[in-house]
Amino acid sequence: MSEKPTILAELEHTQQKALALLAEIQDEEPLQAWKREYLGKSSSVMSAFSSIGQQPKEFRPLVGQVANQVKQALEAALEDRARIVTEAALTRKIADDRVDVTLPGRQPLTGGLHPQTLVLRRIFAIFAEMGFQVYRSRDVESDEYNFELLNIPAHHPARDMWDTFHIDQPGVVLRTHTSPGQIRVMREQAPNPIRVILPGMCYRYEQISSRSEIQFNQVEVLAVGKNITFGDMKGTLNGFVRRLFNADVRTRLRPSYFPFTEPSAEMDVECFVCGGKGCSVCKGSGWLEIMGCGIVHPTVLKNGGYDPEAYSGFAAGMGPERISMLLHKIEDIRYFWGNDARFLEQF
Amino acid sequence: MKIPLSWLKDYIDIDLSLEELARTLTMVGLEVEEISVIGLPLPENSGRQEFKFTGLAWDPEKFIVAQINEVMPHPDADRLTLCRLYDGSQEWVVLTGAPNLFPYKGMGTLEQPLKVAYAREGAILYDGHKPGYELSKLKRTKIRGVESFSMVCSEKELGISDEHEGVIILDPDAPTGTALVDYMGDAVFEVSILPNMIRDASMVGVARELSAVTGKPLKIPSRKATSTGPRIDDLAAIEINDPNLNPRFVLGLVQGLEPKPSPYWVQRRLRLAGMRPINSIVDATNYVMLETGEPLHAFDYDVLVQRAGGKAPTIITRAADPGETLTTLDDVERSLDQHTILVCDTAGPLSLAGIMGGLESEVTETTRNVLLEGASWNFINVRRTSSRLHLNSEAGYRFGRGVHPALASWAVDLGLERMAAWSGGTIAQELVDNYPQPPFDPLVSISVQDVERKLGVTIPAQQIAVILTRLEFVCKVDGDIVQAQTPPHRLDIGEGVIGKADLMEEIARIYSYNNIPETNLADELPPQRNNLELANEEKIKDILAGLGLQEVITYRLTSIERETRAYLQGQSLDPENYVRLLNPIAPERSVMRQSLLASVLEILEKNARIREHLAFFEIGAEFIYEQKNSLPMEPRKLVIGMSGKRSNPSWDLQTSGNLDFFDLKGVLDAMLQKIHLQDVSFQPAKHPSLHPGKCAQISVNNTMIGVFGEIHPRVKQNYDFLTPAVYIAEIDLEALLPLIPLRFETSPVSVFPPVLEDIALIVEETIPADKVEALIRQTGGKLLADVRLFDVYRGDRIGAGKKSLAYSLTYQALNHTIESAESTALRNKIVRRLEREIGAVLRDN
Repeated sequence: MSEKPTILAELEHTQQKALALLAEIQDEEPLQAWKREYLGKSSSVMSAFSSIGQQPKEFRPLVGQVANQVKQALEAALEDRARIVTEAALTRKIADDRVDVTLPGRQPLTGGLHPQTLVLRRIFAIFAEMGFQVYRSRDVESDEYNFELLNIPAHHPARDMWDTFHIDQPGVVLRTHTSPGQIRVMREQAPNPIRVILPGMCYRYEQISSRSEIQFNQVEVLAVGKNITFGDMKGTLNGFVRRLFNADVRTRLRPSYFPFTEPSAEMDVECFVCGGKGCSVCKGSGWLEIMGCGIVHPTVLKNGGYDPEAYSGFAAGMGPERISMLLHKIEDIRYFWGNDARFLEQF
Repeated sequence: MKIPLSWLKDYIDIDLSLEELARTLTMVGLEVEEISVIGLPLPENSGRQEFKFTGLAWDPEKFIVAQINEVMPHPDADRLTLCRLYDGSQEWVVLTGAPNLFPYKGMGTLEQPLKVAYAREGAILYDGHKPGYELSKLKRTKIRGVESFSMVCSEKELGISDEHEGVIILDPDAPTGTALVDYMGDAVFEVSILPNMIRDASMVGVARELSAVTGKPLKIPSRKATSTGPRIDDLAAIEINDPNLNPRFVLGLVQGLEPKPSPYWVQRRLRLAGMRPINSIVDATNYVMLETGEPLHAFDYDVLVQRAGGKAPTIITRAADPGETLTTLDDVERSLDQHTILVCDTAGPLSLAGIMGGLESEVTETTRNVLLEGASWNFINVRRTSSRLHLNSEAGYRFGRGVHPALASWAVDLGLERMAAWSGGTIAQELVDNYPQPPFDPLVSISVQDVERKLGVTIPAQQIAVILTRLEFVCKVDGDIVQAQTPPHRLDIGEGVIGKADLMEEIARIYSYNNIPETNLADELPPQRNNLELANEEKIKDILAGLGLQEVITYRLTSIERETRAYLQGQSLDPENYVRLLNPIAPERSVMRQSLLASVLEILEKNARIREHLAFFEIGAEFIYEQKNSLPMEPRKLVIGMSGKRSNPSWDLQTSGNLDFFDLKGVLDAMLQKIHLQDVSFQPAKHPSLHPGKCAQISVNNTMIGVFGEIHPRVKQNYDFLTPAVYIAEIDLEALLPLIPLRFETSPVSVFPPVLEDIALIVEETIPADKVEALIRQTGGKLLADVRLFDVYRGDRIGAGKKSLAYSLTYQALNHTIESAESTALRNKIVRRLEREIGAVLRDN
């Protein structure tokens, strides 16, 4: 019987040494170096396999067995160690990986709608739920539709209420209000009931200032039917303003004059900012003027094709720019058509 | 209209606070804009101020009615006087510099003491020497060796007017020792008069509304003085040429009067009401106008007699002859037209009827006999004349809105009485009254049911009658019906159904709008339909905003010059087609826009200084007059404008380059896809604003819907752009909107894996890319799920005049996994087709 080959002791020694070294390893790079050293092609463990043939015959199985055990032990230890090293590396990486959260974010390209599209949609939506549909009509109007048919004959004192832009064609004006649409929709619908809102751009001859514009939106409301009352007008308009301002605001009606309605009224809303206590928005009065309204004048009904003995209706008109100005504390009406990106981007 | 409270109280008892009164007036249709307090206490300021109050309260302890018993010279100063003044409890010596006290200097004890407004030490009043109204506290001081601690006040110091020439000399019956506020404390209500309530441009009118709403009786003034003079018929006559122009003309006569300053209370009321006192004759006409609403005019009777050659004058009213002239009392020669109504005598025109008197016959210091006119005029003629001559007067304001002829005799009577009372003289007996055309004062019947139907509230017939009676309608109640006779001071009540509406307003106003209950619409709901055009416009707006574009809304008023900038020279819009304003506010806003494109370019230009990335759009109308003598066309357009950097600047981002043609095209592609348009194609096109090589038209199903491209460099030169290039799309919504499908269908999503493959093809430069893609898609059929161009190469490696297009192809089937044999076969088929039809060569590398 031959001596036990030295290789067996060497393998044992190698295993002890390798495991001891492995236990010290913290990083990926020495780990790979260790792997090359102890499990690489030219490592002593791998060489042990190729040296089996040179071992005494009776020990060959033993050497193979031991070499295999050593190899498996090393591989298992490597796997464990690798897991620890990777985990530690990740922990370190996370610990080191920080951003300055106060740096500004990268702005994506955000588009947006014009504030007046937004406020008109808000108005449309509230009225739509009450059965009012949108009816649009032309900007350049005949004197007949803009005035005559609305009970405003030529030279009538009521004409002083509108400073009109005239066109170089006789009898043609830029509409001073959306009311000509009342006649147009009535003539299309008579004798059916009507519930419409009439939005559109209107024009008045004025000096442009922070409070007045030559071009402005208006939204008119028109309901015509057989049983429509002043009380219905109050109910409808109160419902509208409560929803518009998201508050259970009080309103009041003051007598006013419009040639196309009678009785006519101005609607004031209790200031939604201060609740009526007086503030800069309502200029201390507690009230905000919000729209004009009234019962459709019999002459207008007749001109629209409705028998004023059998039909009645109400109309109201409001300025969406004024509403936006109140809602968003806009102090200069010229911002709307100025289209400065710095203003538009705030909506 | 300025309403002094003290004056209003002549016609109605008022027990409301100033705020309650302001609210009551406002809620009856007489909106109070401001209240100026003249001595009365200001309401407590508790944060909310429903009405704007200004003015000065007079402390009752510090401001007293006093009397000056003697005006003595100052020992050292000629321009100062020392007054022996009695304040009801004690006599003081008070220093003044008032020139209107000089005449009394050295007269010893005055037989009739002068009543004055006396301010004691510590009184807070306006500083009369400073411009504007600055409060100051009266302090003890020494002036030229004389101690001064109190003063006699001017109107300015008390806040009555800006008069500071002298001190106020009150009427002799002012009670010495009374607090000044109790004697003449006042408040002036600035009321805006609605166009249909011109009857309330008068104290009596306002009092009538208050009476209606408070139920307190209205005290209508009437003439009490008797006539002691000769009969007027022998002294004046009237000829009315056209009763349509002049339905009534009334004359009265006062003889032997003498113009002088009116009593102080008259002057004060006129000033508070916003008119300047002139003399006791003119003041009487103005006073009665403010009182009744009927403007009066005083002629110097002797001038008329002289013009009539010593005979009794005849007043003639007629339309002016074109070219006729008259010098009005403001010493301006006015040239007249046929719409002007003239008051004439046999020698020619005397005054502009209803607007302004003539210079020659006006009342002067030497006038001793006054012929007083009260008339009514056709309001349209008065309006035309005042607006043509830009002549605004208190008379024209009232007559231009319609004054009932019935007021004329009432007002002339009151005027005669006040004139005689303030200027002396005797009133001639009777009036000359020519009344050829009394207006028809309608009788309107209105029922409880009428009111219910229009107002939605049940008001008993008796209550309706009470309301109308308080407004001086004469009412008869018959069951549920009220018959109301229009009172003879109103021209705004119509007949029949219109009269009913007119009464409805009166009833609602006095009943109070706020007492009408709020109800919900219960009437039949009209058929509900969509406004598809609007819905689609709004959808497009949402899509574009979602693609990162900002909506703008621009002025529709512009100028031809501004729009010409947006087009190549010689290719601008037809100037004949503009909607031109007759009365533009400024040259740069003188036409309606014909080009939304020009509007959007202006906004891009403006924002180019503010933002590096510009992407805007607008939807709106253009205005094109193709056929005059009708209304212009108002087609709606969508214009998109983009320029500058591709992204917003950021602190660490590499530059993303500038926007180009394909960024705009990408936006359009995405938009058209989101509105589900089929068969969209692009062809090179020409446009008068765009670069000829970078301009395309968009067609949907062979319908042209718009053009887009780069702004022509020569057009760009017309603007102040810092950005390298500007891109614009102009879409015709009238063409586009009808093409948007009401419905769209989706495609199923395959659960089988896709096969991806890239191919590069070399083709002639002239072959358009969309043709290559179309051929690929056509040949690939259903199995070719997607084709995406990912590279375009030109260069030496493929030879001149060629380009290489590299596509990424996705093969995918709905019902099986595509194997490589199947995809290879498909690819070969595609390549062969491209080789055959367009001579493409597969590029292999």
